[in-house]
This record gives sequence, C-alpha cells and structure tokens, in this order.
Amino acid sequence: MAQYVFLLYDDEDWFDTADAEGVADDFRLHGEFVAAVERAGARVLGGEALERSTTASTVRRGDGDPLVTDGPFADTKEALGGFYVIEAPDLDVALSLAKICPAGNIEVRPVMAMPDGTPAG
Amino acid sequence: MVVGEALGRVHRDSWPAVVGATARLTRDLDLAEDCAQEAVERALSAWRTGVPDNPAAWLTTTARRIALDRLRRDETLRRKLPLLVDRPDSGHDTGDEPEPADPLRLVFTCCHPALAPESQVALTLRLVCGVPVPAIASVLLAGEAGVAARITRAKRKIAAARIPFRVPSDDELPARLDVVLTVVHLVYTAGHADPGAGRADPGPALDAVPDRSAPGNPRLTERAIELARMLVRLLPGEPEARGLLGLLLLTEARGGARTDPDGELVLLTDQDRSAWDDRLTREGLVHATAALDSAASPGRFALQSAVAGLHGVAPSWERTDWPRVVTVYDALMRTWPSPVVALNRAVARSRVPGTDPAGPLREIDSLVADPGLARYPYLPAARAELLARLGRTADAAAAYADALALSSNPVERRFLTRRVSACAPPPRSPRPATR
Repeated sequence: MAQYVFLLYDDEDWFDTADAEGVADDFRLHGEFVAAVERAGARVLGGEALERSTTASTVRRGDGDPLVTDGPFADTKEALGGFYVIEAPDLDVALSLAKICPAGNIEVRPVMAMPDGTPAG
Repeated sequence: MVVGEALGRVHRDSWPAVVGATARLTRDLDLAEDCAQEAVERALSAWRTGVPDNPAAWLTTTARRIALDRLRRDETLRRKLPLLVDRPDSGHDTGDEPEPADPLRLVFTCCHPALAPESQVALTLRLVCGVPVPAIASVLLAGEAGVAARITRAKRKIAAARIPFRVPSDDELPARLDVVLTVVHLVYTAGHADPGAGRADPGPALDAVPDRSAPGNPRLTERAIELARMLVRLLPGEPEARGLLGLLLLTEARGGARTDPDGELVLLTDQDRSAWDDRLTREGLVHATAALDSAASPGRFALQSAVAGLHGVAPSWERTDWPRVVTVYDALMRTWPSPVVALNRAVARSRVPGTDPAGPLREIDSLVADPGLARYPYLPAARAELLARLGRTADAAAAYADALALSSNPVERRFLTRRVSACAPPPRSPRPATR
C-alpha cells in the first residue's frame, strides 16, 4: 500500500454563498466519499477541511528574520480548502478516488517513502 | 555477423517483451532497462559459440537473472521490494517465462495519463522501442539533456507515485488505449516528418547514433508500425488499434513516392502511384476495413484509416472519391473535432469536382485565427493552393511564404520555396493569369 495526500482546491465563493443546507450537503458528500474509499479497498488515514485562505498567515524565510505576512503562500483564485491522507494500492486507485472526491480540483501527491520502504508519518 | 543479425532481429521484435518481463520483476523501470541492456551485452559474447534457439527467451531469462542478482545483493534495492508486482521469493515467478502481456504492461505504464504527453512519447521511444536518447532528442526537436531529464523524471514519478505495471481493466481500456495509440501515432509522424528517418532516404538518422541496446536500429516509422502490430496482436478486439495499424500501413505504402530521387517532397497530388507499395496498401486496407466494420461507431483512427484507404485505392488524385472523403471527415468532425480536421475537410471539399474553391477558401479563412493552427504550415499552404486556383497569384505567393516561415522541415521548405517562386510573376509569363 502507498499513501497519497489529496489537496483539495476550490473557489472560495462557497464561504459566502453556502447556507446551512449547503453546508450539510457538503458534509454528506464527504461522508459518501469516505464510504466509497473504504469500498474501493483503500483507507482514509486523515483529513481536514480548512478555514478560508484569508485566515491564513505565512511565515517567509528570507535572508534576515522570518517575516510574517497575511494570507496564503500562493494567492490563487482556487484556494487550498482541505486535504485527505489516503492509503491506496497504487496511483490508478488513488486517481479513481480523486475523481469522485467532492472538490473542484484535486492534487494527488504521493507521501514520501522512508528509506526502509514504509511511508513517512 | 550472425550474432549482430540475430541480436538486431530480437531487439526489433522482442525488446519490449524483454524489458517488460524484467520490469514485472523489478517494478523499477530504470533497473529493468539496465538489466535488459546488460543481457544484450552478454549475448554479444555468449552467442559467438552459437545463437540460442529462442533468442528472446534467452535475453529475458538473462535480464531477469541479472535483476534478481542485483536485488539480492543490494539491500537498498531490496527495500524497494514492496513495489514489486512479482516478488522474487514468492516462488510463483521463476524468472524464466515471458508473459504475453509484458510488452503491453510496459506500453501502458509508459503511456500512463498521469505522465505529460511529451514524457509518454520519450519514455515509449526509450523503453519500448529502445531508441537512444540522442536520437529521441533529434526526432522530438528537443535538447538531449532536456530529453534525458524528462525521461528520468518520468521514471521517478512512476516509482514514487506507484503507477501500476499492468494492463488496464476493461472499463478503463478505451480511454487508456487512446493515449497509447496517440503516442504510437506521434512516434510515426515524428519519423515521417524527419527526412532522415524517412523510407525513401534510408539515412542513418537513428542508426548513426551508437547505442549498445540497439544493434541494427530500424527507422522510427517502422518502430511505430511494429508497435501498432503488437497492439493489434495483443488486443485483437480493439477496432481503434486496427484503425491505427491500417492508417500507418497505408501512409507507409506511399512512403517511397513521397520524395523524388533528389529527396524533394512530392505532394500526394503529383505522386507516382506505381511507386506505392501494393503489399502495404493491401494489408493496410484489410485492417482499415476491419476497424470500420467492427466498431459500433468508428473512432478517430478507424476514420483516419478510411481516408488513407480512399487515397490508397484511388487510381489518381483527380479520380479519388472526394465526396466520400468529405463524408469521412464529417464523421471525424463529430467524433474528434479539431481545427486540423476542419482544415482537412475544407481541403477535401475543394477537391470535389465542380466545386468553386471560394467556398472552401472561406472555411479555411475562418480557421486562420484559431490559435491551435497558428504555427501550422499546412494552413497557409492550403490557402495558397486555393488562391492560386482562383488566379490570385500574389496572394498565393504571400500565403506560400507564410507557410515557408512556419516550416522547419528542410524538404518541405525547399518545396514551398519552389512554390513561392512559381507564383511570383515571371519576367515573361508563358501563361497569363486568366482573372
């Protein structure tokens, strides 16, 4: 088994437009996704939804003292809004799960393996 | 050179099977490639006393034994074993039996959609066809260091992201096969566009580059045809694979007539059809027909093979069944719309007897602004031809000059240069413009 982090990128309009029902819908969709992962013979090892990117702070390390700035590291229209850590047999399974993950865009990154072959973490 | 000949043949026919069978064991493409190359080197001396009855099996067994030795010796490699499909200690894989699906697994891994298209092509040429990096760089018109880095990155991604070494399941197969066929087609067109790799000029484009893995390296277009043949053999139920093979064979059949004895480009219009290879045409037609008949709704390669087939059976350019060519392009526009297909359809329409070139010219003009065709020399070349037919010689010359500015192929450039000067008003015109 290998581990992958799914980085979920979305338009942040959701924060302004979603009502209670919309939020409940979204949680239900993610619940269904987690169930689908288990059915596919993979596992959800972790994951969180994140507050909107305007709440982020970034510490930038240049030549001098670390500098704290307001906002995310990369200011993009689609912002990182959550992540999952998924254990799956291979990339094909991971990608098939990413395709049904309820988010706009999903970056699938393998977790770096330790020298003994086991995933880090 | 019996050993060289035997090695050349087995390399041509069985290289993907050898690398594939080894990769099934190592699950590490770098290591598999290394071991396969070492097996070839061992064969050079081992076969001096006699070429084995089954050279491919000898190479496979040797490559896999080298891999096993290295895996056993090297603890770091051994730690990679969780990645293995077959574990050397599991007992069921003795390392000697190539499996028919090995080359397919290799191709599908190299053409995985999670790899960039440029990487898919480079990796396929390197690992499946055994083409050396300098030759890949020259056909892809890219720098050698860049191509080498691209191949290394792609191999690393396959290992780190665990791209599986397998033939996709039935439900994934059509989409995955399409990527593979696209890559094979690109390999063919790269070889076709490269005059040095062309058939009429058996120049040493690939052979000149020394490569210990590739004795008797055949030309790129032949590699692509071999790949297409392999796909048809291993996936007999896939009409699109047959469509691609048909397309390539029918295109290859015209190869000898594509350039004249001086190496100059000859358009399909003016080609000496008696120089076409009948055997390839007939074989191509068999596959094209099968692809069209067996598909519920023919895909893009089946349809492109139909176009090539209509040219292949036409006694002359004028007597080509243009209305049917247009019909096929109409179908192609429905299944696989693209500005290039639209351009080809407009050109085919302009050939239908009795057609006023002004209509197709308008269609082509509407494509000029398409960013997808901005650097496509065939668009201004097609415009130029229609403009010339309409008697607008000055506009035609300008359009040929536009095409010339976009073409990097020396043979094509010479052809276009001749056209530009043919359009330029001669000092004493033998035939004054009618309009």
